[in-house]
Amino acid sequence: MKHLIKKGFSPVNSLNNPDNGHKWSLWQKLRLGLTPAEYFQQLLRNPFNWVLCVIFAIGLPIIVYRYVMGLGSVMHASYDYPWGLFLGFGLFCMVPLSASGFLLGTTVELFGHKKFKPILNLALLNGLLGYFFAVVYLLVDLGCPWRLYYPMFVSWGTAAVLFLVGWHVATYLSVQIMEVSEAFFAWIGWPAAKKYIHGATIGLTVAGIILSTLHQGALGTLLTYAPGKVHPLWYSSEFMWIFYLCSSIFAGLCMVIAVSTIVEKTMAWRCSREFLDNLGAITIGLAKGASMALVTYFVIKLIGLTHDNQWSYLATGWGKWYMLEISLGVILPIILFSIAIRKNSVGLVRFTAFITIAGLMMNRLNTALITFNWNLYQEIPHPLETIISVTIFALFIVVYRFILYRLPILYTWQSVPALEMATVPVLEPAETVPVQPEPHFATVMPSIEN
Amino acid sequence: MSGISRRKFLKSTVIAGGSAAAAMTSAKSAFAMKEFQGYPDSMGVLVDLTRCIGCRTCEAACNKEHNLPEPALPFDNLSVFDETFHEGKQKRRTTDKAYTVVNRYAEQEPGGPVYRKIQCNHCSEPACLTSCFVNAYKKTKEGAVVYNPNVCVGCRMCMVACPFGIPAYSYDSALHPEIIKCNFCYDTRLKNGKPPACVEACPQEALTFGHRKTLVKTAHERIRSNPGKYVDHVYGETEVGGTSWMYLSSVPFEQVGFNTTLQHHPILDNTKSFLGIVPMVLGIWPAMFLGFHLLAKGGKTENKESNAGESCK
Repeated sequence: MKHLIKKGFSPVNSLNNPDNGHKWSLWQKLRLGLTPAEYFQQLLRNPFNWVLCVIFAIGLPIIVYRYVMGLGSVMHASYDYPWGLFLGFGLFCMVPLSASGFLLGTTVELFGHKKFKPILNLALLNGLLGYFFAVVYLLVDLGCPWRLYYPMFVSWGTAAVLFLVGWHVATYLSVQIMEVSEAFFAWIGWPAAKKYIHGATIGLTVAGIILSTLHQGALGTLLTYAPGKVHPLWYSSEFMWIFYLCSSIFAGLCMVIAVSTIVEKTMAWRCSREFLDNLGAITIGLAKGASMALVTYFVIKLIGLTHDNQWSYLATGWGKWYMLEISLGVILPIILFSIAIRKNSVGLVRFTAFITIAGLMMNRLNTALITFNWNLYQEIPHPLETIISVTIFALFIVVYRFILYRLPILYTWQSVPALEMATVPVLEPAETVPVQPEPHFATVMPSIEN
Repeated sequence: MSGISRRKFLKSTVIAGGSAAAAMTSAKSAFAMKEFQGYPDSMGVLVDLTRCIGCRTCEAACNKEHNLPEPALPFDNLSVFDETFHEGKQKRRTTDKAYTVVNRYAEQEPGGPVYRKIQCNHCSEPACLTSCFVNAYKKTKEGAVVYNPNVCVGCRMCMVACPFGIPAYSYDSALHPEIIKCNFCYDTRLKNGKPPACVEACPQEALTFGHRKTLVKTAHERIRSNPGKYVDHVYGETEVGGTSWMYLSSVPFEQVGFNTTLQHHPILDNTKSFLGIVPMVLGIWPAMFLGFHLLAKGGKTENKESNAGESCK
């Protein structure tokens, strides 16, 4: 892509082709405005695509194998470790790392911090895809994935925490689809639908906060069904939900920092000036939020230890592992973030964000897998299970990149084709939008037209 | 329409009033019902480890009763007691081919060895049931915890939740995987008032079938009338809120593979503090966060707000 940009190419960023004034067709938009040959060439040029190809070549057949031969063919089929990497990583790690959507939604839409506006769409998309792929992991892990809708429509186990998780993840997924669809409608060219969704922003954001509060917490509460199996240092029947909710806050923020870093390094061509110019200040701002959450998390973890009087466990081998997790995943990030914020060092913030994410993942894997059955025996995930998990994560990256390349997430969609790239309109009255709604949309929603 | 609704309204008011009055009379008992004490006529089994000789007849009877696949080694082969798994950390356990297994413990003890039969303990408030998000489990009034594979999604939460590590899963089935565990012979025997197959087959009367309430008394009576023979504890009387299957032992329970660190109230209680905040969050958050929003907006007009929003196109 860099080669093409150097040659003066600019990817699709408006409804109409600036060269001839015609509307871009869907196929042209999907190809970013490149010719098929050019598009194919840039695909081949990227070495990362080759890595992905290798992963898919190995992983996709194994996923098919899992559905044909049953779960037992790719897992240890353990009765003592019913949950493996699919849930330990796919659900317990992906969901907190996807808290970004509701956090930035709250900051920008509810509290009105417009400073974070340029990164809002990225945070929303990160949330949506994280949840979506948590469900994909679930589809691999469930014994009968075709019954995924049963808790919604067939049989209600209303007393179960998992019932709440299921319902909330499903409804929150729909909320996030609606939030991100604003960018989609702009891209596809349905301004009426975009406007309609925009009108519901506040409602959607508040719904997002409610659902997130509850299901992030519920994920922790799931493990309170297994007292004694989860190691006491990672277990707290009272505080599990608040530990999980609090840690999801810094996890979600650090994930946005991490993703925006990768985006800036690998697809700067797709980012608007507004995004690139503000990213440094935004990153520092996000780090401030994350460090607040980290400090809070550290304090409540100490309260938890004291409340359940678990100090004596710290002297054991598991205690050392626990202290390593807290040192690397909580204390070190607090120190590094405070240094970085004082020195205004974006680089250090980014480095710390990656450490924090690793620490968070360590915590979730410790609770759900590593220290689970701590007084029974430890189990290393099956190789095929690991390959499938990596493959789904690669799929996550591909979909993520596909959307970032196309939808106006990192750049602003140009409503008026005549405007130059450099002069991005910051404030623009809605009336100048060329209203060319799809016919059936006009009939479905006539009242929203104005 | 209003006429009909008025008549309906009056009618429903009368009904509601009546039922409210009825509810009032039983308010005291309703308050007490918050604590589920188990079904009054729940059946149970008392397992006396001092009587078990490790003959595995119960395993064979169970296998036959439920048409389970034939095991690799026949049931009269006692070498299975030497089998260990995961570097000796685990003895045999229930699987998708065995609802119950007997293990040998405390070989070196003076009174040993001691044999212990494991199967579903049929808790009064089962963790598998309360953690299931499709309600696949049911505690019958006879005391059995039974499972319905037709609604099971296969999340295996129940396996995580079971404090005794009993449910197994048929991982090898691609199309019909299901949870496999002892069902107290509910369909074939218990609902007709008959004892389960293993109890009937036991040649040592190590297993006693009866009303759970009676069995608790029997167990304490045995401890009282045989001084020094038993550990003074009936395992399962209070563990995780009480189980239908209970145990008596001559050696400390932790030496015969029992988890003696279990809580003495139902597992469900651990989630109650969280489930209690759910309606509060649903009730409070909307107004609170909309309030924050209005505060954050300050004096800015709605027009300015929407214009600012439009900038992200």
